[in-house]
Amino acid sequence: MRLEIGNINIKDVQLGNETKVEKGVLYVNQEELAKVTGDDERIASVEVYLAKPGEETRIIPVKDVIEPRVKVSGSGGIFPGFISKVDTVGEGRTHVLKGAAVVTTGKIVGFQEGIIDMSGPGAEYTPFSKTLNIVVKVDPIDGLHQHEHEAVVRLAGFRAAAYIGEAGRNVEPDDVQVYETKPLLEQAAEYPNLPKVAYVYMLQTQGLLHDTYVYGVDAKRIIPTLIYPTEVMDGAIVSGNCVSACDKNPTYVHQNSPVIHDLYELHGKEINFIGCVITNENVTLADKERSSNMTAKLVELIGAEAVIISEEGFGNPDADLVMNCRKIEKKGIKTVLITDEYAGQDGASQSLADSTPEGDAVVTAGNANEVITLPPMKTVIGYPEVADVIAGGSAGSLKEDGSITAEIQVITGATNELGFNYLTAKGL
Amino acid sequence: MKKIVHYINQFYAGIGGEDKADHKPEVREGHVGPGMAFAQALKDEASIVATVVCGDSYFNENIDSALPEVLDMIKSHNPDLVIVGPAFNAGRYGMACGAVAKGVSETLGIPVVGGLYPENPGADMYKRYGYFLETGNSAAGMRKAVAAMSSLALKLLRGEEIGSPEAEGYIPKGIRKNYFAKERGSKRAVDMLLAKIKGESFTTEYPMPVFDRVDPAPAVKDITKAKIALVSSGGPVPKGNPDRIESSSATKYGKYSLEGINDFTSANGETAHGGYDPVYANEDLDRVLPVDVLREMAANGEIGSLHEYWYATVGNGTSVANSKKFAAEIAQDLLAAGVDAVILTST
Repeated sequence: MRLEIGNINIKDVQLGNETKVEKGVLYVNQEELAKVTGDDERIASVEVYLAKPGEETRIIPVKDVIEPRVKVSGSGGIFPGFISKVDTVGEGRTHVLKGAAVVTTGKIVGFQEGIIDMSGPGAEYTPFSKTLNIVVKVDPIDGLHQHEHEAVVRLAGFRAAAYIGEAGRNVEPDDVQVYETKPLLEQAAEYPNLPKVAYVYMLQTQGLLHDTYVYGVDAKRIIPTLIYPTEVMDGAIVSGNCVSACDKNPTYVHQNSPVIHDLYELHGKEINFIGCVITNENVTLADKERSSNMTAKLVELIGAEAVIISEEGFGNPDADLVMNCRKIEKKGIKTVLITDEYAGQDGASQSLADSTPEGDAVVTAGNANEVITLPPMKTVIGYPEVADVIAGGSAGSLKEDGSITAEIQVITGATNELGFNYLTAKGL
Repeated sequence: MKKIVHYINQFYAGIGGEDKADHKPEVREGHVGPGMAFAQALKDEASIVATVVCGDSYFNENIDSALPEVLDMIKSHNPDLVIVGPAFNAGRYGMACGAVAKGVSETLGIPVVGGLYPENPGADMYKRYGYFLETGNSAAGMRKAVAAMSSLALKLLRGEEIGSPEAEGYIPKGIRKNYFAKERGSKRAVDMLLAKIKGESFTTEYPMPVFDRVDPAPAVKDITKAKIALVSSGGPVPKGNPDRIESSSATKYGKYSLEGINDFTSANGETAHGGYDPVYANEDLDRVLPVDVLREMAANGEIGSLHEYWYATVGNGTSVANSKKFAAEIAQDLLAAGVDAVILTST
């Protein structure tokens, strides 16, 4: 599969009469965006805000972050199985409004969701303080069941991103990147002297606000399977999770899946990047055993000599990570793991809930329990009072002056385990 | 010039050996004993403004009064950093140095530099509270220890980044500390994988932990006579979460009465846990805390009785240290109540 990604660099975003891109400025028609986003009888209200880097703005609670993209050529459309039909994507050409992002917020569903600060110390921890954010605050009608509430807001975000992405359809991109992985036997033959590397892409699937979707299917219902790396860039994998927002993958991170991009950097030079195995993180032991068995088998079947395994979440999924590592290493295939840590606020406790001696090569995205104080912001989009109940916050996290003292666990993307962020930890 | 206070024992102060180990805390201006060598190594960047001396026996036998006294003496000189020892493999001296380091870091919040032989009991107990340079096991290693300790002290005083235990030579504190790396995580993973493929050396960013394994307790002899308690890390709490147990990284647990509860419904219970889909637990908390079934079993004589309280915390992201603390307290309470067996539920 060969995909061209055309990046249209967005330098500013403004509200305007027409949704369009002109000279690097994205103009958004607020009413139209609200109408498209709110096109669901279960939605009571949609409000649109802008949040730009450096502004004294806080967004809370953040549910998802999505990059506006549009499929220009090739089969299928963006977010197959949700916005577009379930055609296979990952070929042809896709335009990206680079630098812009849709952020969804609204009433809390459970103990969920994250915080994005556009300036101050919190901004250093989230990748989404650097994007020009179009924030849609989506509130549902009363009496909606939690599962439905989550789905309603998730889908609203995809509609918003797809609507904005359309503005890039006929714009000449600033740069075009080409990504290609061929059918397996061809790909293996193309670089016979380079080590064959695959990516084991673990998807969070523990239930409400912990789910991930692949071509519209709840990934807890899949058994591990193969996917071309470029399919992900067209939104084949989307997020339905944000609890402990530091290490859950917003849709934006799947669209820009960093291990995939960094493996492509070396593809044909130092490695032969032959493909991805996607697997899940279900909660029962039988599911964990089945999925890790299948994952190890697929990695072996495609002839990979080495893999990167990325986790999503912590605690219970540590068991999936360790099973995947052990079973793949037992087949003589080398592994590197990406995880994050829950070492306690003082950093003195064990960081993982499971362990294996085969896990001798680990990249850490940092200790999520470390405490931070986020100063008051001039503008708060959303509902600041949830700081006391979201994962990583505690009673009294939100102070009278509007500052928040909580674990960095509350910050969207702070310890991202796809390796999207720069935070890490060391032993003192 | 930066100010340092030095803590040493009666032996290094030249007061005497074991026979003088009951020497009470005293403070002297300037440097004393090994402080001379430190003063030279610190040159004109920092000076030892005072030396606190205490006998090892006195300190360890009267720690409740001796430590505050020592801390007051240190505090009165308003130092920027404290040096303790080096104590090499002297056990009681090492323990005293460690306790002073803990006290200083907790009450004054300034850095502490010490020197210990890794097997000194003070090392394991107090390594978290200061930078303890690894020394030889006797005072024969004094010169080397002073040089290393002074160098690290100056780095700390200059506000320089402190490297890894291996690079700097201090005993690992067992603490994980965040920082921003130059490359993003995915790039570091790819680089590490390349090194691993090529058989080159690489350093894992997180050495996998080694866990305590708990042997299962022997079977309950007669379950029909046993008093059973329920303890859960699945966050089952009375409706409204009265203790506001955190949805992640719990700092507390709750003890709740089961009086009058034969069955949970959405009206009398919920989960505080943020790490799983709470919908089903909120509908019927018996799914996490099986009170309904145990009530039936008690009524049928299948178990002796159900303990009148349940204990709940949230396991989600909660540190091992907090979990151990909760467990120790809960276990004491269960023992005091004559509970014979516990059903631990998680999620």
